[in-house]
Amino acid sequence: MTTPSRYWREIPQRYRLEANKCSKCGIKFFPPRLICPECKNRELEKTKIAETGKIITYTVIRVPPHQFVDQAPYAVGIVELDDGFKLTAQIVDCDFEDLKIGQKVRIEFRKIFDEGESGILCYGYKFVLDE
Amino acid sequence: MEGIIGYGAYIPRNRIKVEEIAKVWGADASSYKRGLMLEEKSVPSPDQDTITMSVEAAKNALRRAGIDPVDIGAVYVGSESHPYAVKPSGTVLAEALGATPEVHTADFEFACKAGTEGMFVALSLVKAGEIKYGLAVGADTSQGAPGDALEYSAAAGAAAFIFGQKNIIARTLDTYSYMTDTPDFWRREYQYYPQHGGRFTGDPAYFSHTKGAAKGIMKKAGMKPVDFDYVIFHQPNGKFPFRVGKMLGFNEKQIEPGWLVNRLGNTYSGSSPLGLTATLDISNPGDRILIVSYGSGAGSDAFIFEVTERIDEVRDMAPKTRDLLDKDKNYLEYGEYAKFRQKIRKAN
Repeated sequence: MTTPSRYWREIPQRYRLEANKCSKCGIKFFPPRLICPECKNRELEKTKIAETGKIITYTVIRVPPHQFVDQAPYAVGIVELDDGFKLTAQIVDCDFEDLKIGQKVRIEFRKIFDEGESGILCYGYKFVLDE
Repeated sequence: MEGIIGYGAYIPRNRIKVEEIAKVWGADASSYKRGLMLEEKSVPSPDQDTITMSVEAAKNALRRAGIDPVDIGAVYVGSESHPYAVKPSGTVLAEALGATPEVHTADFEFACKAGTEGMFVALSLVKAGEIKYGLAVGADTSQGAPGDALEYSAAAGAAAFIFGQKNIIARTLDTYSYMTDTPDFWRREYQYYPQHGGRFTGDPAYFSHTKGAAKGIMKKAGMKPVDFDYVIFHQPNGKFPFRVGKMLGFNEKQIEPGWLVNRLGNTYSGSSPLGLTATLDISNPGDRILIVSYGSGAGSDAFIFEVTERIDEVRDMAPKTRDLLDKDKNYLEYGEYAKFRQKIRKAN
């Protein structure tokens, strides 16, 4: 069960793909961090990750966690974004035979899952195939 | 002078054909196709709703507007299918775009007219100088009861418009609204599907208000049908826009570019706004466009826009509406459609 507060804390990264960057050593983090693990710097600048990339690997989930039962079967992939970040997310609105390593994808805003009939709706990023 | 500085559309890729629905209910597909002038309709994926489509349409509008979302002072979402009964769609949209926290946000609901309501208010706030930019979205994942005539047309899509005073794509020449209390279509609290008054939705409802708003704005602006290059009417089915256009003295060439309903269905709050995006896609500087929405309950909002030279710079910065309608379609069988639209009763 996702609590509203946890979902709320992750809104900047889930809705807007907000990342951050160490002002000293320049390393970028997604999801954003509070402290740079390399130089322990606490001054991190806000940035964003790219919205397009290509599939590095993928799998098809047929036995999903309970929140995703209605969506199965669905594809999950690791995508290398154009700025080098590697992001794991569902790849939706596609035929599985069209999935290929190297296939270009882009991010779309989708509902990730809902908390049953009466809970909150959780939104975020997924990938769709790009021409 | 104020007007549209960015516009964007979103249409889901799933479609279902009239034949596929008619087959399940033992209905005559050809008479529905002829009666409604409709071939197929769009269907949202299970992870799409008014909020997700609003975000995608608004992002396309931002691409054309080329502004910093922080400068958007108002975010309005018009829909009759807001995902929450209580909690705004507009806050999710504003947050996803990066327009928060200094922004006024509201959800509108007025059957199929909610999109143009948001446009009217956003435009008015810009005109009053209260905000720099205002965003209005018309979006719906509309519901039709299984087997009802509405099931053949109730579709999904979104259109977004950003209004401002500089870098205008289409300046507003006039606005006008025409309302009465007419109970032609409604949905009570806790009901899944709307009810409608059958033929009562025609003459005293759609035609009366659409004509009232169109005649009213033309009189106010001192213009005639011949003064417009394009006109967009609300599209509950294929026939109504052409019929009301003919009654008012418009010809088919003025209507056709924004007439999407035969392969899109009725996207409710997105219907006439999506027609406007498709018309802007093919318009040229100097073109004059009349848009008249209609929402049951009942009323119409009308706008007259004049396209500027900036249209040529921004047209290709985001997907065109006809491309979203025609490319990369995925046809569903009725069973998949029923699952996608949560029409199947499951165990808790």
